[in-house]
Amino acid sequence: MPAFLAKRLATLIATLVATSIIVFLVLEILPGDPALLVLGIDASPEQLAVFRSQYGLDRPLLDRYLGWIGDLLVGDFGISYAYKTPVWPLIAERLALTYPLAISAMLLTVLLALSLGVFAAARHNRPADVIVMAISQLGISIPNFWFGLLLILLFAVNLGWLSAGGFPGWSDPGAALQSLILPSIALAAVQAAILARITRSSVLEVLREDFVRTARAKGLSRNAVLWRHVLRNALIPVITIIGLQFGNLLAGAIVVEQVFSLPGLGRLIFQAISNRDIEVVKAAVVLLAFTVVVVNFIVDVLYAVIDPRLKVHDV
Amino acid sequence: MSEAALALRRAMRHRSFLVGGILSAIMLGMALLSLVWTPYAPTAINIRRRLAAPSPEHWLGTDPFGRDVLSQILAGAQNSISVGIIAVGIGLILGTVLGLLAAAKRGWLEELVMRFADFTFAFPAILSAIMLAAIFGPGTMNSIIAIAIFNIPVFARVVRASANAIWARDFILAARSAGKGAVRITIEHVLPNILAVIVVQATIQFALAILAEAALSYLGLGTQPPTPSWGRMLNEAQSYVFRAPWLAVWPGCAIALAVLGLNLLGDGLRDLTDPRLSRQR
Repeated sequence: MPAFLAKRLATLIATLVATSIIVFLVLEILPGDPALLVLGIDASPEQLAVFRSQYGLDRPLLDRYLGWIGDLLVGDFGISYAYKTPVWPLIAERLALTYPLAISAMLLTVLLALSLGVFAAARHNRPADVIVMAISQLGISIPNFWFGLLLILLFAVNLGWLSAGGFPGWSDPGAALQSLILPSIALAAVQAAILARITRSSVLEVLREDFVRTARAKGLSRNAVLWRHVLRNALIPVITIIGLQFGNLLAGAIVVEQVFSLPGLGRLIFQAISNRDIEVVKAAVVLLAFTVVVVNFIVDVLYAVIDPRLKVHDV
Repeated sequence: MSEAALALRRAMRHRSFLVGGILSAIMLGMALLSLVWTPYAPTAINIRRRLAAPSPEHWLGTDPFGRDVLSQILAGAQNSISVGIIAVGIGLILGTVLGLLAAAKRGWLEELVMRFADFTFAFPAILSAIMLAAIFGPGTMNSIIAIAIFNIPVFARVVRASANAIWARDFILAARSAGKGAVRITIEHVLPNILAVIVVQATIQFALAILAEAALSYLGLGTQPPTPSWGRMLNEAQSYVFRAPWLAVWPGCAIALAVLGLNLLGDGLRDLTDPRLSRQR
């Protein structure tokens, strides 16, 4: 296990470094001179020089990258060109919405997918299975933002049960959570449809294994075998997919936030794009990418805990 | 009965393939039809008829500018299909070349290609599009590039895995002993044998590309006005969800049916071309 962890940790660090280099190169080099972008082509050479030295743009590239990474490690995400304030508080305020949204959608996805997937697999090729699979096929094909709009149409416009959007802030946790219900459902529905199909086929595959027949032969009931033996084994591939889906959920959260007018990271990013506030975009993108990488690392480790075979084998 | 006739009969009996094929054909038909005819010009503004409910004159109603929704949906199919074809095409070509190279050369090159493919999952298409839009401003080209970048590792991975399986076969050994080089073997033997896998993957990626394009246009990062696009229609519909709810329904149905069609077609093609499944017949 320690060797496995060390290897995974090394991969994690390498991936984080590679990710940060890509973001740095794309957002620091490709846009051209930020001084010109922010101050405009009418700016005098002196103004441009002052701006460049103020934001450290006159230093060599490697210096700038190392400086940026060093600052990131201590939580310094630079200064916003548009707001002229540190980037981190701007992002932290938005993350307080985007992370809970993505996490609640993730929990909902797992809950829905596992129950539907196991339910369908236990009724293989019977009407219930066919119906669940048809619904999930449809779910895969629906864009999450459109599903969000349909939820607004149903629950806000027609039934008037929930508000069509907006966020009251965490000072009132009950109202805050309530405003995340529809967005979480919109986000989770599509991912749950994907995961339910994978869960179902994984359970079906394990059901064909010899040890299942043995367990049944020694007198365990169908349900006991399903929950005690099959699910633990079937979960192994499912967990990998859950890790990969977290990236989609986070990216999806940015989109769904727009549907429900939630002041999350998405809104900050889109404002930053229209203001050409590259510092904010860079910080937000690198943070989202890092989150995805770290979540996948955690999932990999969990995977090893669940699957004892991985402790012996080199992965 | 000939091989082709048998294959066709088998395809016609496959439910997903049939439904998927019909839905995809309808989408293609809409795009082609809109090239020569739409009920009204898709971008023609008529303020007097703004936000009209569905009626015999405007089957699906009109938008806040009085533009005919049906005409825009027909023309929007063009946009979705062209972005999808170009983006998936770029991803398919680059990804296939990388995957074939990795399988043919092995060693550090394979390692490099696969590590690259591994870590691109940290950048969903939306994130690449955000970076591109921050640099070059929003536009159709950005969404194409972002979706293409996202597609490269997908094809690289699938092609490498299938190509590796082919390289392990005896007939490759025979080709080698006949003195054929890696490039010739790849082109003459490996590629033809994995073509079906590539086509199936392309169909599924096409569906994902349509979803991604719609999301990017919805966010304002993709196709810009006045070019009709399903995603942007949904964005515009959102402000009128109380007054004209139908605006939020039709473009979403178009996206969902197109994506459903391509997904079913991909599933069907996979079943029909997978030799393991066809032997079980």
